[in-house]
Amino acid sequence: MSKTITLTYREALKTAIREALQKDERVFLMGEDVGHYGGAFAVSKGLLKEFGPERIMDVPLSESGFTGAGIGAALAGMRPIVEIMTVNFSLLAMDQIFNNAATLLHMSGGQLNVPVVIRMGCGIGRQLAAQHSHSWEPFYAHVPGINVLAVGTHEDARGMLLSALESPDPVIIFEYTSMLNLEGDIPENAGAVDIRKAKIRREGKDLSLITYGTGVYKSLEAAEILEREGIDVEVVDLRVLRPLDEETFLASVAKTHRALLVEDAWRSVSISSEVSARIMEKAFFELDLPVERLCGVEVPIPYPKHLEDASVPQVQDIVDRVRKILRP
Amino acid sequence: MISFKMPSLGADMEDGTLVEWRKQPGDLLKRGDIIADVDTQKGLIEIEFFGDGVLEKQLVEEGHKVPVGTVLALIRPTGDAGELEMPEAAPKAKQEAVPTEPPTQEKKITSPPVAEEKGKRIKISPLARKIAEMQQVDISQVIGTGPEGAIVKADIEKCLVEMKMAPEKEVVDKPAEVHQQEPLQQSAIPESEAIRRAVAAAMSRSNQDIPHYYLEKRMDMSKAMAWLKEANKERTVQQRLLPVALFIKAVAKALDDVPDLNAVWENGLQRKNEINIGFVVSLRTGGIMVPAILNADTLSIDAIMACLNDIIPRARAFKLRSSELSQSTFTITSIGEGGGDKVFGVIYPPQVGIVGFGEIREEAVVHEGMIGIKPIVDVTLAADHRATDGLVGGKFMAALNKYLQNPASL
Repeated sequence: MSKTITLTYREALKTAIREALQKDERVFLMGEDVGHYGGAFAVSKGLLKEFGPERIMDVPLSESGFTGAGIGAALAGMRPIVEIMTVNFSLLAMDQIFNNAATLLHMSGGQLNVPVVIRMGCGIGRQLAAQHSHSWEPFYAHVPGINVLAVGTHEDARGMLLSALESPDPVIIFEYTSMLNLEGDIPENAGAVDIRKAKIRREGKDLSLITYGTGVYKSLEAAEILEREGIDVEVVDLRVLRPLDEETFLASVAKTHRALLVEDAWRSVSISSEVSARIMEKAFFELDLPVERLCGVEVPIPYPKHLEDASVPQVQDIVDRVRKILRP
Repeated sequence: MISFKMPSLGADMEDGTLVEWRKQPGDLLKRGDIIADVDTQKGLIEIEFFGDGVLEKQLVEEGHKVPVGTVLALIRPTGDAGELEMPEAAPKAKQEAVPTEPPTQEKKITSPPVAEEKGKRIKISPLARKIAEMQQVDISQVIGTGPEGAIVKADIEKCLVEMKMAPEKEVVDKPAEVHQQEPLQQSAIPESEAIRRAVAAAMSRSNQDIPHYYLEKRMDMSKAMAWLKEANKERTVQQRLLPVALFIKAVAKALDDVPDLNAVWENGLQRKNEINIGFVVSLRTGGIMVPAILNADTLSIDAIMACLNDIIPRARAFKLRSSELSQSTFTITSIGEGGGDKVFGVIYPPQVGIVGFGEIREEAVVHEGMIGIKPIVDVTLAADHRATDGLVGGKFMAALNKYLQNPASL
């Protein structure tokens, strides 16, 4: 067994970027304030000094422009990491992502791969209010032609970027702003991770908590509380939001016969809508109770702390709902 | 406790005569064991049991004729249900409980499982329904504890434990009823005559009840025949594959693509999960039998051929098992050589379709602007217009043709 190290989610992300830059000369980071300022969330702090302005590139405030430049660089043989500060601003780059990155392989008759990696901060931060707190993973997971990853653990913060850079096709990575300061343990030699499969983060037999992103640690914490009451839940981290690894969560449901889907995104037309539909389509006869969901409340994310907290599922909400499901 | 009932071996069967018990009280039963021989219009059928358990009590004597659905025996389940944790006091409780149990309990298992159809819809989780069907639990007698009073898995398990603890209860009135049945006189009727009557009943019902629609498609067999020729080069005479094995597999795959035809019409269209292909076998003495090739979609061509080689002689000798007669979900009729260019089937109720293969023969065929000679087969589909429309039938025929054009994919 190798030793483990303790580090923050932010440090895990930074370590991954640094390793990617060291390993492959074609890799460079571009984004708003990633250089001199060290990144809006300080993820790239110090990298400009280490790698120079050719590889840590500050760009103008034009999401459509610099994302398009990143796609162009990928077409020309580079391996760009485009940082879009938060998913909230990525709407300005959606035309580039959906109409170019996602379609060019198809439009070129299979000739042009677009190996671009686009990272974005996602979810609520710390009282950043409605325009800076969206959970818009479902928009991206809707579109064929791109791969969509959700970084729910330190292990994935350390490893997903490296695997994404190996992909010949565009990869969107959602990083969770609220988790940046969270400390966690990973093996000292942690590195690239599988970005095709969901992962069982905790085995259990009574119910499957199927989640991603910020929901993973919350679900694990809820599972510990429930364990003390004799309720044994399984926690499935979807990790890959497109293409969904349904095999893993269907197998989990086939084992526990009950599912609660947890996510910060708004309930309507969300990731959990899709997961729920697939369970119904492919594991109907394994279900002993209706699939239930805990999603973000369908309002613009409020500014006041207590309302912000109330707008997305918290550990206690998960615990309460599981109790209600299993002990009606 | 499981109530083992006289099975229905086809829509036309109303009753059967218990000819011989193959298992005695106390015998351990494994899944697939033959419990009894039952005489029907289709001849002597071996009745199988699909579970694990111990034969607790025989309720019908040999030689008696009883209606479909009559409880023949009580079986105490083992295996999954047997592993349920039972309170330590269970055996004692059982002894004490029997004499003091109120008589209403007797109805618990012997009441026919039709309550659901007659009364209001029973809320039950999909998983609980699946388990109830496997363990033959009458869900109309189960009290649900799930959301909105729905029956969940735990309720079925509880019911199974209770059934195990009260084995003597359900026997009381049934046997009396059974003994009133007259002993069968069916042996007086020649077998061929009985079969004729069964076919007559089923086909009359089909033509009266089912509005058939028909599709016909000529399919090119050159690739299939070439594939068979090549495949048979490596096989011994006994192992040789016949076109019909390809037909069965292709039909099974096409049904997988168009599941609305792999169904029954009973209070609406009900799709079947398994694809069990009934195959019409004509009997030398006249009449037909339709044994099923179970899960044909999952079998290799060789396995289907082996199955046919096993099942056809047994069908002709009236030695089929209950599962082979009762579980087909779709039917194939193949007219064979010389009989006819096309055959238009009559649906076997409650199925919703039958496909007919005519004789494979050479014809002048126009292909890409040229006339050539190719082996062809005329394939017909007769389907229930209550259940599906021509579009579904057309999709099925297209899928079937696709598979026959690509025999290696089968």
